[in-house]
Amino acid sequence: MAFEYAPAPESRAVVDIAPSYGLFIDGEFREASDGKVFKTVSPSTEEVLSEVAQASAEDVDAAVKAARKAFEKWSALPGAERAKYLFRIARIIQERSRELAVLETLDNGKPIKETRDADLPLVAAHFFYYAGWADKLDHAGFGADPRPLGVAGQVIPWNFPLLMLAWKIAPALAAGNTVVLKPAETTPLSALFFADICRQAGLPKGVVNILTGDGSTGAALVGHDGIDKVAFTGSTGVGKQIARTLAGTDKKLTLELGGKGANIVFDDAPIDQAVEGIVNGIFFNQGQVCCAGSRLLVQESIQDELLDALKRRMSTLRVGDPLDKNTDVGAINSAEQLARITALADSGEAEGAERWAPACELPGAGYWFAPTLFTNVTQAHRIAREEIFGPVLSVLTFRTPGEAVAKANNSQYGLSAGIWTEKGSRMLAVAGKLRAGVVWANTFNKFDPTSPFGGYKESGFGREGGRHGLEAYLAGAAEPSNERSEREGERDR
Amino acid sequence: MKQTDRLSVFKTYKLFVGGKFPRSESGRVYEVTDSKGKWLANAPLSSRKDGRDAVVAARKAFGGWSGATAYNRGQILYRVAEMLEGRRDQFVAEVADAEGLSKSKAAAQVDAAIDRWVWYAGWTDKIAQVVGGTNPVAGPFFNVSSPEPTGVVAVVAPQESSLLGLVSVIAPVIAAGNTVVVIASEKSPLPALSLGEVLATSDVPGGVVNILSGKASEISPSLAAHQDVNAIDLAGADEELAKALEVAAADNLKRVVRPQAVDWAADPGTGRLTAFLETKTVWHPTGSLGAGGSSY
Repeated sequence: MAFEYAPAPESRAVVDIAPSYGLFIDGEFREASDGKVFKTVSPSTEEVLSEVAQASAEDVDAAVKAARKAFEKWSALPGAERAKYLFRIARIIQERSRELAVLETLDNGKPIKETRDADLPLVAAHFFYYAGWADKLDHAGFGADPRPLGVAGQVIPWNFPLLMLAWKIAPALAAGNTVVLKPAETTPLSALFFADICRQAGLPKGVVNILTGDGSTGAALVGHDGIDKVAFTGSTGVGKQIARTLAGTDKKLTLELGGKGANIVFDDAPIDQAVEGIVNGIFFNQGQVCCAGSRLLVQESIQDELLDALKRRMSTLRVGDPLDKNTDVGAINSAEQLARITALADSGEAEGAERWAPACELPGAGYWFAPTLFTNVTQAHRIAREEIFGPVLSVLTFRTPGEAVAKANNSQYGLSAGIWTEKGSRMLAVAGKLRAGVVWANTFNKFDPTSPFGGYKESGFGREGGRHGLEAYLAGAAEPSNERSEREGERDR
Repeated sequence: MKQTDRLSVFKTYKLFVGGKFPRSESGRVYEVTDSKGKWLANAPLSSRKDGRDAVVAARKAFGGWSGATAYNRGQILYRVAEMLEGRRDQFVAEVADAEGLSKSKAAAQVDAAIDRWVWYAGWTDKIAQVVGGTNPVAGPFFNVSSPEPTGVVAVVAPQESSLLGLVSVIAPVIAAGNTVVVIASEKSPLPALSLGEVLATSDVPGGVVNILSGKASEISPSLAAHQDVNAIDLAGADEELAKALEVAAADNLKRVVRPQAVDWAADPGTGRLTAFLETKTVWHPTGSLGAGGSSY
């Protein structure tokens, strides 16, 4: 039976969105040099939320120069002082967390339940975690007195706008770098609110610069000669392009890219828990998650039982107004993304897989896609190979653990995987064989600032989070020793 | 009969691929001379096909080598040092010829190369403790990060340091559990090809190390573009070649170590180990004992 829910909308009154925003360069908001602007809309209603500046190459140059100038003093500050700035930022994020959660839900389309209970707590925790590293870098295992790199150019995606900002900015600043960050074109607002938080925290001018814009702004940033490091989270295609751009330079690079995570369910798994994990794995954030469990690998003997339970559970998912506290699945972030999901789902049908979605009424305005699953999927199908980045689950089966591992690893990606079994030795054996950077066993989509995150293969390289996450922002870390000896004659390339 | 009348037996230098010693499939060789231009030997002039065959061998060996215990890998790397020590005089002569060094300077290179194997033999079962560990996540989960080998690594060996430089780039790759395809120094490949004979008698499984001689500019582009190669060390590539290889490597997002000035005699640190390690983080719920338990 279906329960009726009264609407329970979170109030929008906690957030005050200005009609327009400039670029945040050298501690001040300013218009784009050529005056260009673009609109950001709420994906759940298509309402225009605000107008933001489109940063030009000239603006990129100004921001990099500001960051370079700020680097001198920021990197020379005692670590304990840098730490206190980051602690201040963490506290202000906590104080303003409801405001930021509502803002993020408006600009991104994800449910308030997620921004309030996942995104924002993780954002604050991330700043707290790296704040504490700022005066302890000597003890991080990267040699005595490790040095920052300089100016970091950071480009982040729209699926977790503020969380990805935290993952980029917190370790960079803790290590003594300054940053120029470009939020995604469709979700610029929380980064601009973060700029305001930097001002409230009294962060020195130029340490954090925020440039809104489209892909051309990002390309100008990563190609700029004045930066020392590029950190990118986004599609594998763009990641490869950035890697080519940086070839032959001294710029350091970390990439956190796409995925096609396998969620493996063995016959001894607790079915109800596994179903919750599968749902969380693919419908959290509308499946717009690089580490989503988008391929369900289920042991053949329990396929029918599991799929029945999964379909029952999917029928209870509440799709709709992201600001409603009872909403499970919100809006797709943009018309472009919706078109991509739709095309890939259509290819699944065209290639012979069987499509199923619960009866589900979708709002008239905005961008929506019902939670969907495909059965009779083969490993050759596009929906089993390509990252859909939407609420679409492809179900495949296996008979033996070896087959499960082989199928899970049959992917260009290697970001995440899940294992559901009650047998500890089997869990560890399978976890050891999976070529993936994060393995969740009897859980899924868990994140923590202390826990390194990042991929194998074409899911990118470098880790964010934990002690490992510092490595990306320290000179000499994880690079072959280049100490010169006195014996010049024995030197080699 | 006087000793000097005896005609010596030349060695046919061959590649080392999949644990065997093939000639180049192309049938080509090139002349290798010493620093004064005196002919030393003909070395195989490897083709792109030789490179691809070596990748196949390296991939085939990866499962077994990466799955071996760290202790076992350490034992085998130490065995390499033992075998190299036994052939010390041969390598001193080859390195002296190759690099135009006096016997004592060449001996220092060989000794350092032997010691480098010992250094990395000891690292196999320690690096995971240094770069991995448990993470104190804010929730009821056991969370552990461990390093794992990246896969098949292509290496352009240093051009000048024909043995010590070579050992310094391949030992860390295999110590970490990867398998390797290395292109030896173009003008001084003989110590590298002889090292294959040492590896073949050190219990290193076939395919773990594959050694090619020839032109880096000919062989390396197809390795850098190879979809079954996971990482590339550009140590011995010149600036122009290194850039082209890095561009090609982006196609499947290989991990890239760029060329840089390195003193091969200096303490190598752990950078060349960690460059070819991935970090895997595993989460598992810890459950709860409820209100019971003990304070002691």
